[in-house]
Amino acid sequence: MTRSEDRLTAAFLLVALVALFGGVLTGFFQAIEHAGVDVYPSTPIVKSYYHSLTLHGVLNVLVWTTFFICGFVPFLTTRALGTRLARPGLAWLTFWLMLGGLLLAAIPLVGNAATVMFTFYPPLKAHWAFYVGLTLVVVGTWLVTLNLALTWRAWRRQHPGERTPLAAFMGLVTFAMWTLASLGLAAEMLVMLIPWSLGLIAGTDPLLGRALFWFTGHPIVYFWLLPAYMSWYTLAPRQAGGKLFSDPLARTSFILFLVLSTPLGFHHQYTDPGIQIGWKLVHAFLTFAVFFPSLLTFFNVVASLESGARARGGRGWVAWFARLPWGDPSLAAQVLAMLLFAFGGIGGLINASYNLNLIVHNTAWIVGHLHLTVGTAVTLTFMGVSYWLVPYLAGRALWSRRLALVQVWSWFVGMIVFSNTLHRLGLMGMPRRTMIGAAPYVLPEWKALLPLVGIGGTLLFLSSVLFFLNLVLTLVASRAPAPAVPAFAEALSGPDHAPAILDRWRPWLALAVVLIAIAYGPTLVRLALTTPFNTPGLRVW
Amino acid sequence: MATRKGTTVYLYELAWILPSFAIPVGMLVALVVTAFGAGIHLPGLERRIDPTKVAETPPFDKPGLVELAPGRYEVRMTAQIWSFAPREIRVPAGSTVRFWVTSKDVVHGLLIPKANVNLMLLPGQVAFAEARFDTPGEYLMMCHEYCGIAHHTMAGTVIVEARR
Repeated sequence: MTRSEDRLTAAFLLVALVALFGGVLTGFFQAIEHAGVDVYPSTPIVKSYYHSLTLHGVLNVLVWTTFFICGFVPFLTTRALGTRLARPGLAWLTFWLMLGGLLLAAIPLVGNAATVMFTFYPPLKAHWAFYVGLTLVVVGTWLVTLNLALTWRAWRRQHPGERTPLAAFMGLVTFAMWTLASLGLAAEMLVMLIPWSLGLIAGTDPLLGRALFWFTGHPIVYFWLLPAYMSWYTLAPRQAGGKLFSDPLARTSFILFLVLSTPLGFHHQYTDPGIQIGWKLVHAFLTFAVFFPSLLTFFNVVASLESGARARGGRGWVAWFARLPWGDPSLAAQVLAMLLFAFGGIGGLINASYNLNLIVHNTAWIVGHLHLTVGTAVTLTFMGVSYWLVPYLAGRALWSRRLALVQVWSWFVGMIVFSNTLHRLGLMGMPRRTMIGAAPYVLPEWKALLPLVGIGGTLLFLSSVLFFLNLVLTLVASRAPAPAVPAFAEALSGPDHAPAILDRWRPWLALAVVLIAIAYGPTLVRLALTTPFNTPGLRVW
Repeated sequence: MATRKGTTVYLYELAWILPSFAIPVGMLVALVVTAFGAGIHLPGLERRIDPTKVAETPPFDKPGLVELAPGRYEVRMTAQIWSFAPREIRVPAGSTVRFWVTSKDVVHGLLIPKANVNLMLLPGQVAFAEARFDTPGEYLMMCHEYCGIAHHTMAGTVIVEARR
């Protein structure tokens, strides 16, 4: 590790991996609770099912993802540009700020003073340190955006007229999209939750809180997914022995994600009172619109993998799939993540469907869905990335490829069992975020399926243990030298074919802002003007 | 760009992009037709209520079931940690029930899976849903949003009695 950027990436990854471990451990407790094994009376630290659930959600969907992304995306972006970060000092300050924020939030979180889930809907009232700490983490992500933007500008000065390399373009789009999208959460924290938790204002409002939360809460999913897509587009084709099918189509889909990711959060609030039906329908339309770039990604990535499999002798319309280099755990993880993500995408359309949402909203179906998206498309891809990134950063080869392959497949199988069962339980009306093992109303048809939640969850936990074991042994027991970082894939249709407007920022950012203003403006202005902030906070755990 | 047209990549892209555009549009049309054709109604803008004065505010000062007309009922319900009031509702089969619900403390939910009732109950907001109960039997109703340490005990029943 000679580059300061490499040490920075390693620091972010270390925090991410520690968080993931805490998250999967608490997740395991919850899965076996559903299957009838209540471990909470004997767990240290973890006080209750709901304390466990809050830890699981915060550690896995907020900390693991965000810290991994803040390490991985600048790593790939600077390599693609062939430069260093413009402000290495700022980058380290960012890391310490985010770690400080995380530790501040962790004090009440671990101490059961912030058992409010990762959605922290007011008037559930956590300790102020939880809100302040998470806000510092978000501010840190903005500093990453700033650093990437400055780095790109410096590169642009030296390379006028050149196309931005694809991976760098994608990294910049990811952080630009996120920075715009995170303004809702920032407003909720700064205007509502922090002053309220400090006792500066007396009351709060659940509806405005939820509207601001979901302003950020849906696009945050794309903040997690787009870095996985970066790997699928710019590295996986080459890992598969092929080329990226179309660079212009990849840029187009990312620009569409930049524009369309945010103005659609009301599809999480279809069943909320206090938001006009017409605006809910507008957000339904826009959610279907963002399905379009997802389909473009699906085609482009699969076509790229196919080019690799055919170069390796694969034939037929479908049979080429078997000729992918399945012995490479990094690629196998990503391809399996893509397979399950197809079902996650289809399920997402059902959630977004204005009327079908009434069947699935807040049921176990949603939990099944989230585990296919962030729990597999994102997490299994990041695990696959870790299989080359951690050895590179450690300067040693991966301890065992075979163990890694077992891990990747056991995650895939475990997730099929776990997620399919939760989807079915949701359709049978089982609520999410509920200590089902202790509920007095468990229906017989749920009872028949609940053991599968425990089995799937246990498989996932064992898989994650293999993952951590392999990484730890890489650090302490591996002697072979580190392999090179995977090279960026060439494209069959290269960047020169992409329209020049795709490299411009202002029109797309302006379009994104206009769409957000149209979709959210009237409702947020109405709520801001009419909300009385008269709901008192409560600690009910 | 000119050189790109006619290449294999370009033709494949086109063959994918057009249906990729048509599929979401087609599904959206199907969605709107079925939602409005079947009269499916999401909660909308109802009215605000002072969450600290629910017990004094009509109609929530007297939670319970009211018969509006034969076979047509209205239930005025409050949600609070960790119960619904009323906890049990009895109606004859074939009844239509209008639910007016609000929360007295934190965010709750109301889920009646077999009647497709799915509502968020927010302090400060009155929520509305309408459901028809045709088949006699017990319909489980649950809180489906985390509302504290005993969230999993917050439930009730709609009992639909066979008409004699």
